[in-house]
Amino acid sequence: MIARRSIVGLGTIMVLVGCWYVLTSATGLVSPGRFPSPQDAWESAWQVTVTGYANGRLHEHILHSLKLIALGFLVAAGTGVPLGLLMGWSRRADAIISPIFLLIRPIPPLAWIPLAILWLGLGDAAKIMVIWFAAFVPSVINSYTGVRTIECYVVEAASMLGTPRWRFVLEVLVPAASPMIFTGLRLSLQASWTTLVAAELVGALYGLGRILNVAQQDIYPGMILVGMICVAILGWATTRLLAHAESLALPWLRTAEA
Amino acid sequence: MVSLAQRPLTSAETIGYGAIGLAAFLALWSALSLTGLVPRQFLPGPLEVVSRMVHLVGSPFAGATLPQHLASSFLRFAYGFALGAVVGIPLGLLMGWFRWLDDIVTPIFDGLRFIAPIAWVPFAALWFGTGVGGPILIIFAGAFPPCLINAYRGARFVSRPLIEAAQMLGTPSRRVITEVLLPASLPSIVAGLRVSAGLGWQSLIGAELIVASTGVGFMMVQAQLNISTATVMAGMLAIGLVGLLIDVGLRQVEGAVRRRRGLQ
Repeated sequence: MIARRSIVGLGTIMVLVGCWYVLTSATGLVSPGRFPSPQDAWESAWQVTVTGYANGRLHEHILHSLKLIALGFLVAAGTGVPLGLLMGWSRRADAIISPIFLLIRPIPPLAWIPLAILWLGLGDAAKIMVIWFAAFVPSVINSYTGVRTIECYVVEAASMLGTPRWRFVLEVLVPAASPMIFTGLRLSLQASWTTLVAAELVGALYGLGRILNVAQQDIYPGMILVGMICVAILGWATTRLLAHAESLALPWLRTAEA
Repeated sequence: MVSLAQRPLTSAETIGYGAIGLAAFLALWSALSLTGLVPRQFLPGPLEVVSRMVHLVGSPFAGATLPQHLASSFLRFAYGFALGAVVGIPLGLLMGWFRWLDDIVTPIFDGLRFIAPIAWVPFAALWFGTGVGGPILIIFAGAFPPCLINAYRGARFVSRPLIEAAQMLGTPSRRVITEVLLPASLPSIVAGLRVSAGLGWQSLIGAELIVASTGVGFMMVQAQLNISTATVMAGMLAIGLVGLLIDVGLRQVEGAVRRRRGLQ
């Protein structure tokens, strides 16, 4: 069944590429000012990789974006997951923090961008702040849900056996909540990418969003396409990396599925 | 003693603790701005933000008053969201029914899914301009995937006996989709619409920050350039409120649909 799907999928993509070539290069039905031909895209990719575009070469832009994603995501996960666990664990903490959360949550992460620029300028710190805001919420909510859905008997068994508090947290609470924690981290990662691209489009010196922004101003469709493809590939690659980390961290789920 | 199995708080306690939390948050915010620890220009107090918002309702900033900006933002959102639903839901249902369509669309969709909606901004501006068309494409890019995915899942998880009964009675495909799949997957579709609305609203703000020349996002960028932090924060507050209203409205619809299905 999987084989059939991949054959049809491969066929679809080949047909699409064929249409792309016919519409742009061969017949010129779509003007090169609207959408680049395969050759334009290839030349743009070559240009940005070898000679550079928008202040840097492709690998510099990619490394810069990846660094910001990694920093913002780690800060968000490092603060969001513990807070979510705490709120799930203690009803008192939940009651104190939830209203503040309710107040801030409806504001979309992208709406923080102007404020971040006002506070921290156009540099890396502003981007990390915005990514942190975007990625923080899914981490908190899913960790919280993860703790709240732990079966009561697990908790009771642990306390009946006299498990000390720190061992309970490390050996019961976190492992039991971890499938949900990873769900939250996956959402956080997606939110990180969206916000980073938006923040870099609004104002940046390096990064994939910067490529897109300069290409837009130069009306350079080939480069726009290259930028978008890079965003897609990096988004996909980081998601795969996280899925791999999840399967390493939660080996018992893998055996359950098999 | 581990406190997971602890008794729930009474409602008085919940309100009390909540009030403490909120009060602490607002007090910290006011204190930072009033004591001048953070310059007032960069962190106006809560009251200042609210009064700025009231002021903006009456007097224009960046070419329009706050309600006018909100109206033009909301109109764009409504178009993009409606387009996402009108394209996404039928396509999702059809993909759930016709295997060949599923096989063709899924690889394209999976490829496009990893492009953040906001990365469409340059092409949107190039193809449809920065007025209404461009932002609509970006909202569509944000709102379309959840509509499609939830309609598809809803259609795939319709219980077999229902479909088999319909087929046994000789129902044509078109009627199976409109009279079996659509009603059966309605709860899933409505849940998808809520997610869509959230993502669409957020994409709209991003689009307006970058390209538009009206709307709340544009107002905030102008305020940022004028270093008017109170206006930026008033804009955030307004965006949050409208987003909340949209979500509450759709939650009502979701509740009504679920109640009619006897799911709650």
